[in-house]
Amino acid sequence: MELILSLAIGVLGTCGVWLILRPRTFQVIIGLSLLSYAVNLFIFGMGRLRVNAAPVLDKAVTDTSSYTDPVPQSLVLTAIVIGFATTALFLVVLLAARGLTGTDHVNGKED
Amino acid sequence: MRLLFDNLVILPILLPLVTGALLLFFPDRARRLKIVINTLATTLLLTVGVLLLIRVNDPTAPASLTTYRLGDWPAPFGIVLVADRLSALMVLLTGIVGICAMMHSFARWHANGPSFHSLFQFLLMGLNGAFLTGDLFNLFVFFEVLLAASYGLALHGSGEARVKSGLHYIAINLAASALFLIGAALIYGVTGTLNLADLAVRVPLVAAEDRGLLEAGAGILGVAFLVKAAMWPLGFWLPSTYAAAAAPIAALFTIMTKVGVYAILRISTLAFGVDAGASAGFGHTFLLGAGMASLAFGSVGMLASRSPGRMAGYCVLVSSGTLLAAVGFSTEGVTSAALFYLVSSTFAASAFFLVVDLLDRVRIEGADVQTVTVEDFDDDEEDAEEEIEEISVEIPGALAVLSVCFGICMLLIAGMPPLSGFVAKFALLSALLTPETVPTSTWWFVGLVLFSGFGALIALTRTGINTFWMPMADKPAPVKVIEIAPVVILITLAITMTIMAGPVMNYMTTAAAELHAPTSYVAEVLTQSVEVAR
Repeated sequence: MELILSLAIGVLGTCGVWLILRPRTFQVIIGLSLLSYAVNLFIFGMGRLRVNAAPVLDKAVTDTSSYTDPVPQSLVLTAIVIGFATTALFLVVLLAARGLTGTDHVNGKED
Repeated sequence: MRLLFDNLVILPILLPLVTGALLLFFPDRARRLKIVINTLATTLLLTVGVLLLIRVNDPTAPASLTTYRLGDWPAPFGIVLVADRLSALMVLLTGIVGICAMMHSFARWHANGPSFHSLFQFLLMGLNGAFLTGDLFNLFVFFEVLLAASYGLALHGSGEARVKSGLHYIAINLAASALFLIGAALIYGVTGTLNLADLAVRVPLVAAEDRGLLEAGAGILGVAFLVKAAMWPLGFWLPSTYAAAAAPIAALFTIMTKVGVYAILRISTLAFGVDAGASAGFGHTFLLGAGMASLAFGSVGMLASRSPGRMAGYCVLVSSGTLLAAVGFSTEGVTSAALFYLVSSTFAASAFFLVVDLLDRVRIEGADVQTVTVEDFDDDEEDAEEEIEEISVEIPGALAVLSVCFGICMLLIAGMPPLSGFVAKFALLSALLTPETVPTSTWWFVGLVLFSGFGALIALTRTGINTFWMPMADKPAPVKVIEIAPVVILITLAITMTIMAGPVMNYMTTAAAELHAPTSYVAEVLTQSVEVAR
């Protein structure tokens, strides 16, 4: 499982960075989204991987080792919400730039 | 009253949040009403800032800092807000710059786009939150709040230049936010905490094999802060974004680079200070080098820029470079001088952005370029002179005030005597050269600081000559009192800082001493919150 998760983070991160460095605004926004997925998975991984363990406390179960770390999960939730909002905002600016400059190049002019 | 004082620490966040939300309910047509609400709220915010400063600076108080538990959970399990001398100072600075930028915007800028007042309040909320929070992830949230508001404000007024530079600004900040999260997650993964005070306790205890991971996390986190502080080479977005932004917004943005510097100062002294064991002093050499590079880049940029707007942007870069390098030295004396410099340079840069906006009224686009050509080719010189005499016979009163303000800004930015810029640089250099043996890197830094002052002087003098001694617009648009008043206020504050340099410097020294002795900060944050929670 560790291997699959790290591969997923690695592939998403690589694609994200490559796309951010591309000259088209649409590629940049997809790159930023991929990068934020990679980051969210990474935060999740920092809470250590556990299968079949609940993050929410149950009064009946007092042994703390049977829980998974709830903090990274709440962090991921916050990061997803914020990432979603800022990406939407970037999309608006992207469209405005397309409308004003007439091109989708990040510098507002071809080459 | 009692209730108010108990909740004083949360007010700088809550007040702008409520005001910003309230302002959304009124249509943009209701300008007068929005002006009234915004003025009231920002004045209140300034008052809260002053009260907070008085409270943390009270010598009779049992503790030098005040904590506030969000949701009443004790630290490190819940999020705490912490107001110490540095935080209170930054909150007050935000209030002052905020109110000045707001006044300036009332002349015309506030009506140039939708929801200006709400975004303005949300930016203030993000700034205050970032200065007050004692939790790493909460810091991220407030960073995002202030950035989201700043994206809107940077684009305020629209237009191709703003949208183009805004696109770059947003893209780089979204990437930096991703880095922030990676850094924070790594630090959490290694130490198991996000509370800054708790982090200071746990960093020395980290096992040797995990230390690399911790420092990698701190380094990645540092890059995210350095993007905000516009360190070279991460600060290329700054001059064009700030030059394109509307003047009052650019003036308010000068404090945003200081957020990055603040975060670095806070975390490097808390988690990587003297008590950090094997990680003590992590990143200090890098900060020194990077700060000096930004300082050099900013100075050369100031000399090279033709438009005053871009020059003001580079002047912000110079200020952040100086501060970052000063953080790299990590001694009490240098930090206290750096804090003095931080306040003085923020006043100066904000005032300069506002002055530049007013200069554009009297400047004829391309007049200075034309004169350069005349000088070079010595052609029709007499005609040109006659023309100048004809046009600039009477100097309007506003222009005289404007030129005096420009001159004072120049003295402040270049650090020439007798104003606070000079006091700040003098304190900085004297703190740097106090030790018995001064290493070579310090001499380089001293040289660069002096060079930057000299460069700023040349660049600004040139701009002054090219603006005030040139043919001017025949009938310049009138300068309103509300536009020039904030400049005068900022300059007056800088002058007050010069006169009251003793008390102000005492405050900075105490703040710096607190920063460099994090044990009391840690103990107070962790015990205060438990004590009150019982």
